[in-house]
Amino acid sequence: MAKKMPKTDVVIVGVGWGGGIIASELTKKGLQVVGLEKGEERHTEDYYMVHDELRYAVRKELMQDLSKETLTFRSNEKMRALPMRQYGSFLLGEGLGGAGVHWNGQAFRFLPYDFEIRSKTIDRYGKDKIPADMTIQDWGITYDELEPYFDQFEKMAGISGEENPLGGKRSDKYPTGPMKHSKQMDLFKKATENLKYHPYTIPSANLSENYTNPDGIARSACQYCSFCERFGCEYGAKADPVVTVIPVANKTGKFDLRTHSWVRRIVHKGGKATGVLYTDTTTGEEIEQPADIVVVTSYVFNNVKLLLNSKVGRPYDPATGNGVIGKNYAYQVIKGAATGFFKDQEFNNFAGAGALGMAIDDFNGDNFDHSDLNFIHGGYLALTQPGARPIENNPIPKGSPTWGADFKKNSLEYVNKTLSVGAMGASMPYKHHYLDLDPTYKDTFGDPLIRMTFDFEDQDSELAKFTASKASEILKEMGADQIDSMDELGPYDITTYQSTHNTGGVIMGADPDSSAVNNYSQMWDMDNVFVVGASAFAHNSGYNPTGTVGAMAYRASEGILKYNKNGGMLV
Amino acid sequence: MADDNNQDQQEKDVSRRKFLRNSGIAVGGLAVGGVVGSLIPWGTTDNDRNQVKNQTANQKGKNYNHALMYLTKAEFQTVEAATERIFPKDDRGPGAKDLGVPYYIDHQLAGSYGFNARDYMEPPFYHGEKVQGYQGRLKRREIFRIGLRELDNQSQQKHKKKFKDLTDEQMDKMLQGFEGDKIKLSTVSPSGFFELLRSMTLEGLYSDPLYGGNINMDAWRMRNYPGDQMGYMDVIEKDFQKIEPSSLRDHM
Repeated sequence: MAKKMPKTDVVIVGVGWGGGIIASELTKKGLQVVGLEKGEERHTEDYYMVHDELRYAVRKELMQDLSKETLTFRSNEKMRALPMRQYGSFLLGEGLGGAGVHWNGQAFRFLPYDFEIRSKTIDRYGKDKIPADMTIQDWGITYDELEPYFDQFEKMAGISGEENPLGGKRSDKYPTGPMKHSKQMDLFKKATENLKYHPYTIPSANLSENYTNPDGIARSACQYCSFCERFGCEYGAKADPVVTVIPVANKTGKFDLRTHSWVRRIVHKGGKATGVLYTDTTTGEEIEQPADIVVVTSYVFNNVKLLLNSKVGRPYDPATGNGVIGKNYAYQVIKGAATGFFKDQEFNNFAGAGALGMAIDDFNGDNFDHSDLNFIHGGYLALTQPGARPIENNPIPKGSPTWGADFKKNSLEYVNKTLSVGAMGASMPYKHHYLDLDPTYKDTFGDPLIRMTFDFEDQDSELAKFTASKASEILKEMGADQIDSMDELGPYDITTYQSTHNTGGVIMGADPDSSAVNNYSQMWDMDNVFVVGASAFAHNSGYNPTGTVGAMAYRASEGILKYNKNGGMLV
Repeated sequence: MADDNNQDQQEKDVSRRKFLRNSGIAVGGLAVGGVVGSLIPWGTTDNDRNQVKNQTANQKGKNYNHALMYLTKAEFQTVEAATERIFPKDDRGPGAKDLGVPYYIDHQLAGSYGFNARDYMEPPFYHGEKVQGYQGRLKRREIFRIGLRELDNQSQQKHKKKFKDLTDEQMDKMLQGFEGDKIKLSTVSPSGFFELLRSMTLEGLYSDPLYGGNINMDAWRMRNYPGDQMGYMDVIEKDFQKIEPSSLRDHM
């Protein structure tokens, strides 16, 4: 029998951005919170030897150990799903801070269009613009309603930026100014201005200056050391939960953080959650943690897996379109990009920061006319400069040998003479893209793995071709001597890295039939369970997700406090 | 020689001071936590420095890290020959062999990477589609060993010689055959083995020298990569800068 712990007000499953923000907000208001994190504890001091591309970027030191838990994948329902045995397409976080430790720090707000995508698409182009099996829907919340929470997240994290001329209305400016501009960024800025686009510096959680946030947390400025993505920040300059919200929760004395605690079930009775059941991974002991409120804040896949394994919520059925848990899995379309080779110019490509770069939103959302295009939405185009590390970055002209004498010559020649313009393409949900439990493969404790059924659609292919052509156009204006760009997106392939921007599965919406949670991230089917994270996105926008996840976590905190007081459905 | 080293050290101190200024510690007023604080006392006395230097000098000419953990000597020679074809010596600088890449590969195969320690290796095993990735039951160290043996088998069949004794052109042709799955093997995927060989060669070239390759940081130097620097605050806005590389060893 499981050991039973004393009851707490709130138990949080997974302590990353979602869990960290909620823990800090609730404990500040006096609630007793237990945070369960399956990975280990982390400190800034752990990163003294972090400038190690092999250990962190290639061998993925900070990522989830796949030998214990992974997912299975198939392109469509006719295929046999097989485990993702090694890392490729995306990287799962683990340990205190979760994926919020190894992110690049690009902290965008989604566009007003995103939250009302279905209505706005029909208003402008008519119903026929949306393919029959594309399951886009409004989110049950507007940008204006979410705006104060974006602002709250940005002030907590100290986001450095300047106003996006084509973004939603802001109630305040960014708390810190934009990052420094490199020569590459200047070149991009000038070229996109020449083309009459609207460039702006990417909003960055790598601090542009020393900053103290409203919680009194002081952090130092970014050193542009180029080790952000896949690394922890040894300066504490990059906002992550470990250096921002978790210390705030700890300071209240109300936060009981337990690492090495792998939550396996939400325990429930009569339509209410009564707590969670977890395994202490160091001893194998099973422990029950009773709680009035359960908040599920782990990564997309684990949020869905936990709900399905716990039989909480109605599982999605792709045949009928009924049910909601696992529905609207979406991803990102980032291969529609181009690379330019500059014969006579050399750049400091080795230097950078995770969120250093310039972007334009002229081809994002519905900022441009889609009447004659075979896709909806779009993506931002950007020149980013995270700092090119040598194992993973060996740019050579398309079609040239990938090893041997010519490879050596080309890769050494072009390494600092190559610039890329990329696109963060939006991904739309389809009826037949979903997450459910795998019938065959199990995790280290014998629970079924999550199964992903997903492929790129015509929409993605058209979008990628479009952004690739725009990226080429910008590089031409920048003066590249040779430009290689993507010409065909091809099928989704789980083996090549694309982005850790997986979304959906526990989506937010205005009614219980078509969504799993309301706009406070409260489950329609169990009012004392809140599920927070990118799992709530009903589609994925043309942006990195963290800014929006952060905003939603602040919104959820407010909801949980209300629920704690009055109970019942909040919407 | 000694004077040069001193100058090196002085320059490092200057850049460290600069870094401290940039990061806000020297300004005061801000409580900056983390590693930054613990950076200061490391290796700051003259004694510490001299000790480190003497140790390095004693080891000159003999790298005790360069011995085999997994491969046999014959297998190792095949790796030397094959990786050198992937990244050959030329007028720009050394090739994979002189940069220690074969030792890097041997050491990695002996460790957790060779054993696929952090990969999902649970059964059942089925043939998958290309988009589903590796689905075999063999570990990397096993694939590598079989691949090396197949390289020799194919060389014997075609040229009556071991792989390492082929001409450069013959070796390239053989490797191309593996890369493009132009030869049939019943054991491992030829292109899968080649991809492992190629990716491990790049890793050995460009990882921190602490892993056995990239000897003396010469692979970084060849491509003007500065390695492990504290930061580029002073560089980021400037035109291209050539910076003498530094490694994680320099951080101790």
